[in-house]
Amino acid sequence: MKIGVLLKQVPASDSRIKIADPQRGVALDDVKWEINPYDEFALEAALALLDAKVASDVVLLTVGGADTEQRIRDGLARGATAAVRLDDAAFGGSDCLGVSRILAAAVKAEGITLVFAGKQAIDGDNAQVPAMVAELLGWGYVGEVDQLEVTGAGAKAWRAAGGGARDVVEVGLPAVIGCDKGLNQPRYASLKGIMMAKRKKIDVKGAGAIGVDAGSVGASAALVSETNWGEPPARPPGRVLQGDDAARVKALVAALRDEVKVI
Amino acid sequence: MPAKYEGLDFYNIDAHLTDEERMVRDLVRQWVDDKVLPIIEKHNRAHTFPDELIPEIGEMGLLGMNMEGYGCAGMSNVAYGLACQELERGDSAIRSFVSVQGSLAMHPIHSFGSEEQKQKYLPKMARAELIGCFGLTEPDYGSNPGGMVTKAVEDGDHYVLNGAKMWITNGTIADLAIVWAKLIPQGGTLADGVIRGFIVEKGDPGFSAPEMHGKHSLKASVTSELVFEDCRIPKDRILPHVHGLRGPFSCLNNARYGISWGVLGAAQACFHSARDYALTRIQFDKPIASYQLVQNKLAWMLREITKGQLLALHLGRMKDDGTMFHEQVSLAKMNNVDIALDIARIARDMHGANGILDEYPVMRHMANLETVKTYEGTHDIHNLILGRWITGIQAFF
Repeated sequence: MKIGVLLKQVPASDSRIKIADPQRGVALDDVKWEINPYDEFALEAALALLDAKVASDVVLLTVGGADTEQRIRDGLARGATAAVRLDDAAFGGSDCLGVSRILAAAVKAEGITLVFAGKQAIDGDNAQVPAMVAELLGWGYVGEVDQLEVTGAGAKAWRAAGGGARDVVEVGLPAVIGCDKGLNQPRYASLKGIMMAKRKKIDVKGAGAIGVDAGSVGASAALVSETNWGEPPARPPGRVLQGDDAARVKALVAALRDEVKVI
Repeated sequence: MPAKYEGLDFYNIDAHLTDEERMVRDLVRQWVDDKVLPIIEKHNRAHTFPDELIPEIGEMGLLGMNMEGYGCAGMSNVAYGLACQELERGDSAIRSFVSVQGSLAMHPIHSFGSEEQKQKYLPKMARAELIGCFGLTEPDYGSNPGGMVTKAVEDGDHYVLNGAKMWITNGTIADLAIVWAKLIPQGGTLADGVIRGFIVEKGDPGFSAPEMHGKHSLKASVTSELVFEDCRIPKDRILPHVHGLRGPFSCLNNARYGISWGVLGAAQACFHSARDYALTRIQFDKPIASYQLVQNKLAWMLREITKGQLLALHLGRMKDDGTMFHEQVSLAKMNNVDIALDIARIARDMHGANGILDEYPVMRHMANLETVKTYEGTHDIHNLILGRWITGIQAFF
């Protein structure tokens, strides 16, 4: 079985994000990049199946420029067997649907039968791409998966259903699985893996190579456009209650009841 | 919450590293953040080495990582240096464990051992399934190892070892020891002996390795004595391809090289903590980082760490292309340990009373670096090595 892992690079989770221009978005020049943390669970799920010999290949799929190759190399160093970087002038400015069309076409072109993705990326937090990829391929999708069993023909997935309840879903293959925290403990790369990753080739493919219509992706095809960027409103300053303990407790209870209305 | 650690890179040294070297550095940095820093103070207090980390160190491939073949990763010496730097940011004990296993125990087998010895020991040592230690120093012979009194004599198809070694990192937990002893010819005296390397295994008759206690430094490391009382080992345990002090000195040069990088990790941990503390500690209504005396200290740390990084990187490149000579290693080991220890002391001072608490890493590093200043050739001995290189006159004795 050939498994695809959708890998996205995102600003490191402790980055301080600044607005570059309200029309253009955030400043990314000084940002440190990392693999989207949810994608690390996806990669680990795939590598575990490779270790168990359920999978024969684990292919990383990334939409992006050459600057994403460091993250792809990291994935290869952990044990992925191949990588495709999807890069084409026509891809620029794609919205989630455009990105999903690119990825779905690549999944098809690579002959992949099971796709693991993070349930969402921590930059845009859209949580749309994995489901859209499944829909475009006509495959089943299970999202927010935190426990999984894969057999040759299908998968059984568990996820939180709210209130402590568990939702158990069975899905036939091919399928797309959106991975959540708790699914596994992502492994560290090894030095041998790093040396081997050097010898693995990252294939760069454009629209023609994966058979996606260039007119269906990119800025011109985007259904969603971002119109404005801004900082969250500044937090109002806190209030320090005055008086002795008894007076302050009284004032605090009154504020929680009458102003904040939480008790 | 303290700010997340970022390595100092004032002169954009990153641009001079290969992708693999950066990946190794980032891998070990992340591992130290995740696995070492949360537990190291506990082990330091308890005088215990974190044994639970040993399999992970093996799985990552850090042991003997700059050696070729026999299950070793075959990476550059610069990559090895960067790994040492990150490990010692955690604690000198962790870096010492890796240094001893790789540079002092695996290296002599790799360089001076028989093919059978290499096949038998190295792959398991690379995976941390066998732990090694290195016995050169004796109670009465530290800076003068040539005076050693541990001796080996032939007895049929065995060697019989007698003597004692001291200050042996990993000794008690080791499965094998590389022991340097004088091989005495039949009917000869100690003065006739030639220094040879022997592989002594745990469980060999007459061999014991009691742990030393009472250390104020390198508390999270196991330090031991090695005792040989008519210890009999088979003859195929001698390292066949080296005679004399060249053997142990070759090991020490490799370990000193790793130290010259490692201590920069400890220095950066102290710098990071001092900067963070100075920016958040308010005295006279302002962060203490606003005061010129404090800024002067931080600027000095930045200056010395940056110089030390350039020294270590260039030394590593020379080691990789085979042009490095051992006096250059002495200079880097001596200089970088010296500045790291001073940085740790000044960082301790900048933390005020808080600096003596193990809530901050500075006093742990400061105490560790006192050991690092002494082991693998003391500061003064390295000066004498350089003095001999400059003048051509040895001044050791």
